[in-house]
Amino acid sequence: MSRIPLDPRTAPPFQAAAKALLGDAQLRKNVRHATDVIQNKRRKLVEEKQDWQLLRESARQIRAHALQHLDVYLDEFERNFTRAGGTVHWARDAAEAQRIVVGLVKESGSSEVIKIKSMTTEEVQLNNALEAAGIHAYETDLAELIIQLGEDQPSHIVVPALHKNRAQIREIFRRTMNLPDLGDKPADLADAARRFLREKFLRVKTAVSGANFLIAETGGICIVESEGNGRMCLTLPDTLISVVGIEKVIPRWQDLEPLIQLLPRSATGERMNPYNSLWSGVHPGDGPRAMHVVLLDNGRTNVLADSEGRETLQCIRCAACQNACPVYRQTGGHAYGSVYAGPIGAILTPQLMHMEHSQTLPYASSLCGACYEVCPVKINIPEVLIHLRNKVVEQNGWYTPESLAMKAVAAAFRSERRFRAAQRLGRIAESPLVKSEKQKFSIVGQKQTGNTGWIGWLPGLLGGWTDTRDLQAMPEETFRDWWEKRGKA
Amino acid sequence: MKVALFITCYNDTLFPSTGKAVVEVLERLGHTVEFPAGQTCCGQMHWNTGYQVEALPLLPRFVAQFEHAEAVVVPSSSCVAMMREHYPMMAERIVAEGGDATLPQRTAVLLPRVWEFSEFLTKKLGLTDIGAYYPHRVTYHASCHGLRSLGLGDGPQKLLKAVRGLELVEISNLEQCCGFGGTFAVKNADVSSAMLSDKTRAVLNTGAEECTACDNSCLMHIQGALHRQRTGVTTRHIAEILAHTEASEAAEEAGETEVNV
Ligand code: SF4
Repeated sequence: MSRIPLDPRTAPPFQAAAKALLGDAQLRKNVRHATDVIQNKRRKLVEEKQDWQLLRESARQIRAHALQHLDVYLDEFERNFTRAGGTVHWARDAAEAQRIVVGLVKESGSSEVIKIKSMTTEEVQLNNALEAAGIHAYETDLAELIIQLGEDQPSHIVVPALHKNRAQIREIFRRTMNLPDLGDKPADLADAARRFLREKFLRVKTAVSGANFLIAETGGICIVESEGNGRMCLTLPDTLISVVGIEKVIPRWQDLEPLIQLLPRSATGERMNPYNSLWSGVHPGDGPRAMHVVLLDNGRTNVLADSEGRETLQCIRCAACQNACPVYRQTGGHAYGSVYAGPIGAILTPQLMHMEHSQTLPYASSLCGACYEVCPVKINIPEVLIHLRNKVVEQNGWYTPESLAMKAVAAAFRSERRFRAAQRLGRIAESPLVKSEKQKFSIVGQKQTGNTGWIGWLPGLLGGWTDTRDLQAMPEETFRDWWEKRGKA
Repeated sequence: MKVALFITCYNDTLFPSTGKAVVEVLERLGHTVEFPAGQTCCGQMHWNTGYQVEALPLLPRFVAQFEHAEAVVVPSSSCVAMMREHYPMMAERIVAEGGDATLPQRTAVLLPRVWEFSEFLTKKLGLTDIGAYYPHRVTYHASCHGLRSLGLGDGPQKLLKAVRGLELVEISNLEQCCGFGGTFAVKNADVSSAMLSDKTRAVLNTGAEECTACDNSCLMHIQGALHRQRTGVTTRHIAEILAHTEASEAAEEAGETEVNV
């Protein structure tokens, strides 16, 4: 059941992937429906919170503070977690994380693991590494299970199978669980998944998880979830291995309070997650006998070093930005070529990858600001996107066609004389493309007789515009020409 | 009041009728309009596309042109957003690179006097009814920058509701981006077009004759599709609606005035 993971190093450019996905009407319908439902629930629950903006601000401060003193809090976490009987491992990159986890699973004597949703393990492509070492991983988060059984890829950071509808899920279950008579009600599907997973929970003795937060003060790990399958993974096995990005640490126990209010409301439109699990270390007779945390860097310290990109790491992975993003809502998550899709993916992936593999992602946004508006920790995503675009431009140098055009326009803007010359030149340059047309489509001013020009085709870099849109030709007189004449009159 | 007009590069070049309408409204309200001739562009296109080095020189240019104005009016929400969000940062960067050390202070003093056109009317002047007449069914598109960066709220709608003869019909996806996004419309043409078709469908569903906004860049985009699809629905900047009066209507009837569309 291995599958090709989403990998920014091999993914097609966003534009190309998006174009292909825009043709999938079913997928677009599913994504739109699911994000509409979540967004409506979210909106209601946010509206009922009078102190929402205050909550956001305190969460932002907590996260920003934690990042500013990340070394201190990670140390503190390690000390406290170790004291409670757990073991901390540090992984610089994906390969090291894979090595550590594979080693730990082997040490546990198991050739199977149960997993609870962890985008971090997707990021490091852990399942494939486990598979290669002869270890089979069972995803136990319902959405991840659907992805795994369907040999698909996650498309959303909270609801990885958001792009599938119920009928499609039923088909996957029927096929892979060998259930020809499976019904199509949500309860039927949940029941099938429960039976399928229950057997794994009782049999498999090693678990791999992610985490929502690490608490430095207590050496605690926090996972919030809706299904309870996570709690099964945390409590039933003998060995628990959590793979967590280093940015997930928060200083104090009490910092959880605003975060746990913001996260479920932003993510799924719930007041509270049905399951909020917190644990630290091992306790005789209760839960796993061995606990490991793998603290993953994989590019994060580089992000931290960049003062303008750093706030990206404040993210608590609620996906509110994804649901709100009009670009994501058109294409779904696979267009982003990474496990992190939507606005957060567009800023996180290029930074984790040092940009060279995801040059198109910073441009996968109209900068409409819907993501910033909903982000519970106030990450100014549009600002970070612009910052990354600047990096892309610097990286590509000045001799691309786009760059030369931009330079020429910028030069014109630096003097009134040159600007006016460019306006004239533009009118001359466009004139062969302009089709004159009686203003029969204008409702206002129907009495007028003048013709208006329209452009239906543009060459080169601008051609994308005229695939679906016309462009009105430049009027004969610019505003400044009119103004001057008026002054003289 | 002496109002300096920053017309923006694309309004100057592509939508002069908007500028004329702004002048008309402001003068009708008794203000004196100035047009500093050395103005060009706010730098948004370059800045947002990643060409920050190219955008930087436009800031000292803007400050020099406008710092003596009592108020600066800009008929473009995205250009005002560009200024408020990025000019302070740009000024700091210019200083860091050894440029004019007075720039941050001068920028900070100037920016509070810069207003988006509808915002100037509603927030600065406290007006909603400015004596316009426009007997048409119109829908309003809230441009993202006006909505989120400037917080225009329902100011533009209030202005439109006070226009005699105008029937304002609400669009269903008011908060949704039309998909323009500057160079996004070209770089990601397919996604942009998909977003646009959602928007134009919503415009057509209102049954409006016309779609208006505080930003000609969104309108150029929406108009592009409405025209391609031969829908007969047009777009018009809010200033042009507010400039319209019974007198201009009568003049049009008589065929005296040429209307710029
Ligand atoms: S960037 Fe903000 S909105 Fe998006 S997933 Fe992260 S926390 Fe949520």
